[in-house]
Amino acid sequence: MTDILQSDILAQISAAADEAALEAVRVATLGKKGSVSALLATMGALSPDERKVQGPRFNGLRDTVTAAIAARKAELGDAALDARLVSETLDVTLPARPENTGTVHPISQVLEEVVAIFADLGFGVAEGPDVEFDDYNFTRLNIPPDHPARQMQDTFYVSPQADGSSHVLRTHTSPVQVRTMLNNKPPIRIISPGRTYRVDSDATHSPMFHQVEALVIDEGITLGHLKWTVEEFCKAFFEIDKIELRARPSFFPFTEPSLEWDMRCDRSVPGKISFGTGNDWLELGGSGMVHRKVLENCGIDSTKYQGFAFGFGLDRMAMLKYGMPDIRSFFESDLRWLKHYGFAALDIPTLDGGLSK
Amino acid sequence: MKFTLSWLKEHLDTDASVEAISERLTSIGLEVESVTNPGAALKDFIVGEIVTADKHPNADKLRLCTVATGTDTLQIVCGAPNARAGIKVVLARPGTVIPATGEALKLGTIRGVESRGMMCSVRELLLGEDHDGIIELKPGATVGAPVIAALEDSGLLANDPLFDVSITPNRGDAASVWGIARDLAASGLGTLKTEKVQPVAGKFPSPVKVVLDFAPENKAACPIFAGRLIRGVRNGPAPKWVQDRLKSVGMKSISALVDATNLVSQDRGRPLHVFDAGKLNGNITARMAKDGEQVLALDDVTYTLDANAVVIADDAHALGIAGIMGGKDSGSYDDTVDVFLESAFFDAGFVARTGRKHGIISDARYRFERGVDPQFVLPGLELATQLILDWCGGEASDVVIAGALPSPHKPITFNPAFVEKLGGIAVPRERIIEILGDLGFVVEDHGDLHVVPPSWRHDVDGPADLVEEVVRIHGLAGVASVPLPRAHAVAAPVLSKAQRRTRTARRALAVRGFNETVSFSFIARANAALFGGGDDARQLSNPIASDLDALRPSILPSLLAAASRNAARGFSNLQLFEIGAAFDSGMPGAQKTVASAIRTGHAERHWQKTEAPGLFDVKADLLAALEAITGAPMSAPITQGAPGWYHPGRSGTIAMGPKVIAQFGELHPKVLAAFDIKVPVAGFEIFLDAIPDAKTKGNSKAKPLFQPSPFQAIERDFAFVVDAKLAAGEIVKAVKQADRNLVDTVTVFDVYEGKGVPEGRKSVAVAVRIQPKDATLTDAEIEALNQKIVAAALKLGATLRG
Repeated sequence: MTDILQSDILAQISAAADEAALEAVRVATLGKKGSVSALLATMGALSPDERKVQGPRFNGLRDTVTAAIAARKAELGDAALDARLVSETLDVTLPARPENTGTVHPISQVLEEVVAIFADLGFGVAEGPDVEFDDYNFTRLNIPPDHPARQMQDTFYVSPQADGSSHVLRTHTSPVQVRTMLNNKPPIRIISPGRTYRVDSDATHSPMFHQVEALVIDEGITLGHLKWTVEEFCKAFFEIDKIELRARPSFFPFTEPSLEWDMRCDRSVPGKISFGTGNDWLELGGSGMVHRKVLENCGIDSTKYQGFAFGFGLDRMAMLKYGMPDIRSFFESDLRWLKHYGFAALDIPTLDGGLSK
Repeated sequence: MKFTLSWLKEHLDTDASVEAISERLTSIGLEVESVTNPGAALKDFIVGEIVTADKHPNADKLRLCTVATGTDTLQIVCGAPNARAGIKVVLARPGTVIPATGEALKLGTIRGVESRGMMCSVRELLLGEDHDGIIELKPGATVGAPVIAALEDSGLLANDPLFDVSITPNRGDAASVWGIARDLAASGLGTLKTEKVQPVAGKFPSPVKVVLDFAPENKAACPIFAGRLIRGVRNGPAPKWVQDRLKSVGMKSISALVDATNLVSQDRGRPLHVFDAGKLNGNITARMAKDGEQVLALDDVTYTLDANAVVIADDAHALGIAGIMGGKDSGSYDDTVDVFLESAFFDAGFVARTGRKHGIISDARYRFERGVDPQFVLPGLELATQLILDWCGGEASDVVIAGALPSPHKPITFNPAFVEKLGGIAVPRERIIEILGDLGFVVEDHGDLHVVPPSWRHDVDGPADLVEEVVRIHGLAGVASVPLPRAHAVAAPVLSKAQRRTRTARRALAVRGFNETVSFSFIARANAALFGGGDDARQLSNPIASDLDALRPSILPSLLAAASRNAARGFSNLQLFEIGAAFDSGMPGAQKTVASAIRTGHAERHWQKTEAPGLFDVKADLLAALEAITGAPMSAPITQGAPGWYHPGRSGTIAMGPKVIAQFGELHPKVLAAFDIKVPVAGFEIFLDAIPDAKTKGNSKAKPLFQPSPFQAIERDFAFVVDAKLAAGEIVKAVKQADRNLVDTVTVFDVYEGKGVPEGRKSVAVAVRIQPKDATLTDAEIEALNQKIVAAALKLGATLRG
């Protein structure tokens, strides 16, 4: 009898189309007045011998029904979940929530590259103000009042201040060298990066640009150390194994001897430049052995110490390395340019990982 | 400084090639900017010979020629009337670039007949204007050879390379062909062959006298002034070779008299001037100008001078500005018969100051302010005298001189070992002495050398200058690279804390989607005024443009201007930032490093709802940046309100004690209007220098021990009804302080005003996370904490929302 009852109940369970129908079967079988409960209720009236026979059968029936209901319930649940998930389908080709990709300006990136190289060579990074004393920008650097660099058309002057003093926008970062020498005893090994200003504006000049200068003051420093430093810097910066440099004698009031550096390059393909080979020369920047008068003007014993300085345009280095044609566009904040030439936020230049990708 | 090869060879005996000369010039510090060779454009043309010249079958005026190239013959159609068999011609083959058109010649078909080349006229080669026919080369020209020699032979081409050399400001001595030859000779590239100038004997005493009239303090302005009268000259064009020579370096030929002075100036670096003696009143005096004295100069400009200028005057008035430019009225013209020729030495400083003040550019100024050779004052005068006599006739007076030559340069004591000590290159002592001698230095060997610079060098006054002279002639290529000693085996960090803060801020903002800009430190004054600047102290005296005349008091105006420009290009939704200087005054050091950013635009058009960037977007950016910079969540209080360029009700300030470290908010609509920005903008400014350094804990880099509480945290929500004006931050603060031990975080999750809340009040709901540290809280303890929290809020006038 229980066999018939069981197959009947199991048929009802598998026929239950939803949770409500299943619950109805449960109530009709396992509920207080359910058919299985009714059978179990008869147990008490049975004789011990009958109970021994019927007990396991009734309990077995109850367990089977309970398990079948649970299984059917899970089945129904899965089906309902599957149906819900299907109904929740989203079109994955729709655009994601808009998020801008940030960038780092090439000037900042290239400066970090330069600092990484010089830091490895033991150079600190010295900074100074954009508005400078005439004394630091010119006089202590052995640039006499009649020097053409002081001419009104080259130097930006700031209006007189409340105390009557009048200052300039620094025309180079050399006044940072002056400040460094005034405040530190040799040995000195620094670079001085920063904004510089000249009254000049055309296709290749911007009234504001960036310079990095290097200064080494110690005993026994010679042109040979200067040459080595320029060479090693250029190799590391341009990320090439072999470069060829050419020094040309030149003139700067703050160095003696003064020389300018050119690097061998190839410009034979229009609009393209490659380094280390070719028949062209690329101007890198000026340099020289720090003038005795400059050392003395900055409180350094020129009979004991000597040193070198060199400087180059950071914007120019960025343009050369990354193929940017026009310095003026650096400062125009054109979003398209910033995104095109800018660097990813996490592209941090390192010597171990490489300066550039 | 320009000169041709042939001009250089007037002074220098050399067989060196143009390339060798060019390389040497650059290597000794006379940088060659360019070498232009007039023959360079003609290198692909060859000599051809017309073998046959017949009538074109389809055109009466055209000829059908066969032209020998030396290897084969070409069929060429030619329209020139002189095209005939037997003549040697300039032949361009297909691919050759024709100078007149700048284009490569192509195979052509003319009136149905193929033409495989072109025979050229003078004009097609840009050698002249003649276009009547093709060039007929001399019969001896070699068929098939490059055409340049044949053109030279025919007098059509002076194949004379033109050098343009950049002269550094210290090398006035190289501002002449002679001076350049002198340097090249010293470097071993040829020998100097300039002949000594022969004096011209005077035939009569000069009726015009010269006078120096200077107060003692200005005597240096003009130590020597010389001149002489040449009478009975016939001015007119200079000889053709002189005209050609001046033109070859881009100078104008004016008249024989003026050309003579210009030639001596370019050739010898000796500026001269010729006065029309017929227009002089009495004697010539060099003196300081009177304040306000006027001179009508040769450039047709009347200059009003001050007492710092030096003038050349006759007894009536100033004639010219000494060392800079002569006067128009006393100049020499075609009708000049008697001339007074002047040769003087003017001090570089006086000339430079006056020239700069009046912005006069002239060859004389260029040379005087770089320093001329005082020893050549008199030879220059003699040389020009001879040229004038040769070209214009007449007879010369005796030379009249006022003053005396300045004393020679002082000797420099020089230890030759200093060359290696400073220059890093070992040059033998004998070679050092030889180089200096070749350059005109007088060297006496007393163990140390006593070295007297030549009269033409004004830039050598110390041992380092002599090192430079030696190494530039010896060659810098010989300097060997020497590694700098390495201070640390592993490189030590070098950045300051401020430098690291700047870097971190930059990367943090870029990570949050901001594009970094770098903009000018100067902006328009009116814009500066909107941000607390625009005062006189921050004005530039000589701005490059009227809208770039003020040091920026803030970076925001730079960013807003950028936003405005980008909007004009159709990009209104922007995230821009810049880290740089903002200026408090025009004093050195009165600047601060600011990291500033803006978000601009309306809500993005997107299939899901987005919101326009506002106060709380930039607040999140700001706090993220500050956390990145300081390494910890920002705990400093945020107060309502910021300076006037922000929205007064939607802006805030973060300060640590008295130091404002940041301000943020939506930008004031009036400010946006000033920048013509039509979309909302929110932004912030972080004053990087104001952020205190994190406390260092000795050398230990260890972080505090991680000690999580083993007890379950619980969360309780409270809704307080408070005055609508009460800042939510006050409630959060009060709740936190209710029990600092147990209250872990307090988060505002709802703010409500309206139905169910009395007018003028608002409901602020906070979630409080309670973290027991010593034991699980009992119900009674939790209830006690609840009471404390409610009591703390009560002090702010809060009631628990029912």
